Amino acid sequence: MSTPRVLRRAVGAPIDRLDGAEKVKGGATYAYEWPVMHPAYLHPLQAEIAAGRVQAVDVSAAAGLPGVLAVLTHENAGQPAGPDPEQAVLSSPEVAFRGQIVGAVLADSPEAAREAARLVRLEYESHPPDLELRADRDDLRKPAHAAIFGMAEGDLMDGSVADTVQGDVEAALAQAAVSIDETYTTPMYHHNPMEPHTAVAIWSGDDLTIYLSTQGVSLSQQVIAAALGLDPARVRVVSPHVGGAFGSKVYPHGYAVLAAIAARHVPDRPVKFALTRQQMFALVGYRPPAIQRVRLGVDPGGYLTAIAHDVVQQTARLKPYAEQIATCTRGMYAAENRRTTHRIAALDVPVPTIMRAPGESTGMFALESAMDEMAIACGLDPVEFRVRNEPATDPETERPFSSRELVACLREGARRFGWAGRDPAPRARRAGEWLIGTGVAASTYPSPRMSGNSARISIEPDGRYAVQIAAADIGTGSRTVLTQIAADALNVRVADVDLRVGDTVLPRASTAGASSGTTSWGACIMEAARVFRERHGVIHNGRTSVGLEATAQMPENPSAERYSMHTFGAQFVEVRVSEVTGEVRVSRLLGVFDAGRIINPKTARSQLLGAMTQGVSMALHEHSVLDPHTGHVVNHDLAEYHIATAADAPAIDVYCVGEPDPHINPMGSKGLGEVGIVGTAAAIANAAYHATGVRVRDLPITLDKFLR
Amino acid sequence: MREFGYQRAGDVTQAVAMLARAPEGAFLSGGTNLVDLMRLGVETPDVLIDINDLGCDRIEELPDGGIRIGSGVSNSDVAADHRIRRRYPVLAQALLSGASGQLRNFASTGGNLLQRTRCVYFQDITTPCNKREPGTGCSALDGYQREMAILGWSRQCVATHPSDMAVALAALDALVRLEGPQGHRELPITELYRLPDDEPEHDTVLRHGELITAIDLPPLEFAARSHYRKVRDRASYAFALVSVAAALDIAGDPGGAGSVRDARIALGGVAHVPWRSRIAEAALRGAPATEESFRAAADAGLAEARPLPGNEFKLPLARNTIVATLLDLAGASQH
Repeated sequence: MSTPRVLRRAVGAPIDRLDGAEKVKGGATYAYEWPVMHPAYLHPLQAEIAAGRVQAVDVSAAAGLPGVLAVLTHENAGQPAGPDPEQAVLSSPEVAFRGQIVGAVLADSPEAAREAARLVRLEYESHPPDLELRADRDDLRKPAHAAIFGMAEGDLMDGSVADTVQGDVEAALAQAAVSIDETYTTPMYHHNPMEPHTAVAIWSGDDLTIYLSTQGVSLSQQVIAAALGLDPARVRVVSPHVGGAFGSKVYPHGYAVLAAIAARHVPDRPVKFALTRQQMFALVGYRPPAIQRVRLGVDPGGYLTAIAHDVVQQTARLKPYAEQIATCTRGMYAAENRRTTHRIAALDVPVPTIMRAPGESTGMFALESAMDEMAIACGLDPVEFRVRNEPATDPETERPFSSRELVACLREGARRFGWAGRDPAPRARRAGEWLIGTGVAASTYPSPRMSGNSARISIEPDGRYAVQIAAADIGTGSRTVLTQIAADALNVRVADVDLRVGDTVLPRASTAGASSGTTSWGACIMEAARVFRERHGVIHNGRTSVGLEATAQMPENPSAERYSMHTFGAQFVEVRVSEVTGEVRVSRLLGVFDAGRIINPKTARSQLLGAMTQGVSMALHEHSVLDPHTGHVVNHDLAEYHIATAADAPAIDVYCVGEPDPHINPMGSKGLGEVGIVGTAAAIANAAYHATGVRVRDLPITLDKFLR
Repeated sequence: MREFGYQRAGDVTQAVAMLARAPEGAFLSGGTNLVDLMRLGVETPDVLIDINDLGCDRIEELPDGGIRIGSGVSNSDVAADHRIRRRYPVLAQALLSGASGQLRNFASTGGNLLQRTRCVYFQDITTPCNKREPGTGCSALDGYQREMAILGWSRQCVATHPSDMAVALAALDALVRLEGPQGHRELPITELYRLPDDEPEHDTVLRHGELITAIDLPPLEFAARSHYRKVRDRASYAFALVSVAAALDIAGDPGGAGSVRDARIALGGVAHVPWRSRIAEAALRGAPATEESFRAAADAGLAEARPLPGNEFKLPLARNTIVATLLDLAGASQH
């Protein structure tokens, strides 16, 4: 076999999204838009109590409304209880949170379904709900078996243990030259992708096809098939385009199962189900609120001797999700004495789920705020304090880092931002009524490779290479990036690759989540290309080679157990706080990231910009308000749940140091979908302190916290 | 949503007659609030009378030097009108601080005045609300209170009026022109709205079938020096936590600080109505145009405020915003 010329021409190029024009022109078909004949429309009924059970059902008024086809409740849905309570929709009359699905109406039009749902009369037996997250509750418990949405062993969502201890934190704190002990709180946050959660369910005999807005067709297929008692091979999930997700579409929650159950009641008719914005606040997950206590101790030289990070987080009584909030602290800074703990409070609330940088975005707000407080307490510059405590190896596992350019990010960021010469005194700068301050925080997020991937490459009749993998492009640009990787791996032009994702007829793939997509799918595509070329040699003319094919599994990463693998970054921010109103405006934001080799600088920049903007939003605006009596999110629409608008987004600058990582994947890249939101909130809180002298430890940082 | 009929009125007389015949009907103008509320099941009219073809779509000069704004003129068109911008800048600023460009293009002047509160409980039919369903109770009294009232509320209702435009109009002493089954009448805008008392279901004193045909802005020379400042939880597309519409007339006292000849102050986001603060205005008249007087006036105007546990910040916020707005106007008047 001849050795082909290696052309690195696609990876590294800032090419436009391949599906950009199609999306802008409205040509991209999203799940709910799938053209189907004579659909029926579904509207759910949601529990109006937070704890109790449905005692009586009266559907007479609803069933009599013109156009109504069926009214489903636990009495007639026929869905068995299963191991996953989120999927066991309508399997029992029990109510575990307000807004839970307790019924559904099928009708000829969405309007009729909605009106009929209003007419269903449910009587409840209810008891006062337990809704209050407090760190001093006596029923807090250590999480267990929360890995992968409760599907695997492992205390926390990502499979890691709930608690770690090294050395003697209490003794080290007692002996520390300076110590701090502060508590930070973060609220409930909702993802709110532009495209709501939708499903179109079609039965053909015992075979089910679901057009679904999802971050992973393969996981959805597995979960939905299990809930319906079907062989996964009988369930096809199709999801070529997704209008945003942010984690809320990783796990299929239960609305797809509901659509499938409902479709059985109207034989030969597809069932369309789109959640309203309000319904999304109860039914598709949220970032759980948390109370975090951080204690730090340093020696006289400003070196950390003790780090303790204790987390109490909210979860649902129905299904105890538990997030890895303090795991970031296990790997960030050197210190001999260390401790992290996670405890959950199971309340009568909706089921939380992963949301952009689950764990790290919450945990790093606390740790990086505390690092700022400690730097100030030590009289050290916050950049220098972090550099001083940079670990040589992962502090808790003692594994070397596959690569870690955090110091380079801090130094380069300081240079680009103009950090040098910063007067550390609060309230030192102003313009009119606006106090001006600057702040810094570090970012980190793991860069894992997910198992369960395979890819197929074949030559199509038009001579192009069909690269097939059931991956997802949720708006990130992964379709484009994977095409670039495939083009280089096959040594062909981007235009010669026809990448197909988002359908379970394609080879099985992991979900778009945990910043693992490009690493996992890309490594898998590179392996398939290697096998293809090994088997078929150099293809000189695609049209004469139609039908050649190769399939490969993603290879295990031999370095996985030997190295600690993370993306890093540093964020610098300038804020202005009005002395009149307390309003906070971010005027400048710079992120410098170590994300390995950048495969597409344009889509990478968009991911980081978007995540940093979401970080601004998390810091200043977003806050789901749980009513203390009823247990529903009262501000459940986009008018009252405030997401940063264009007017709130500052001038944002993104720079990547770009050193390839030698161990994470064959492309040299690292995950970068989530790291951009990590640390933003702390940087803003730190800058707001610098501006005003007021330390805000409770997100969001709203104007009332500065008014005296 | 409930099925409803749709009719289109050709002129004011016809529109009034059509709604008079439909006790559960409603006028449809831009629909930017009404249609949302219908989707939510909050409003359930059985017929909509479309009033977009009534000819109330002009901004005209009045003989006395004032301006008449037809009730069908879009919020965008009012905000862009050069006469409004020059003579009543507070009104243009208030409009531009509200909603979004798309909504302002659809929303009408009359509809803006009659939009319903955005109280989260009012908009959610699964929660008790005396405004939506009299007698069921007020969920906000011991619920979410950030956006609720600090002035003039009752145990029955603590909601706030959401309009920015109405706050500016209250400061400008605008007159609301009405046609109804009983004929024509005119009301000062501050008398259009009512405090919740024991009947929070009534936002205004309008009778069923009455139609706002126009708003008259009386001549007010010193309104050329007026300003609207809105404070909210994000920079755009959010309702006011507190807003201040103010105009200041300072006697030209060459070389001195000047004294306040007259003033207009109205507050938004603090009450069931756009809150005209005549007490603060009275405290300003004749006082020197200094920060000290402005603070005293703000304190006087807010003396009767009763914040709820969840919105105590609104009191210092309102005080600071009034003072800063007056200082801005005083500064501008010296140039």
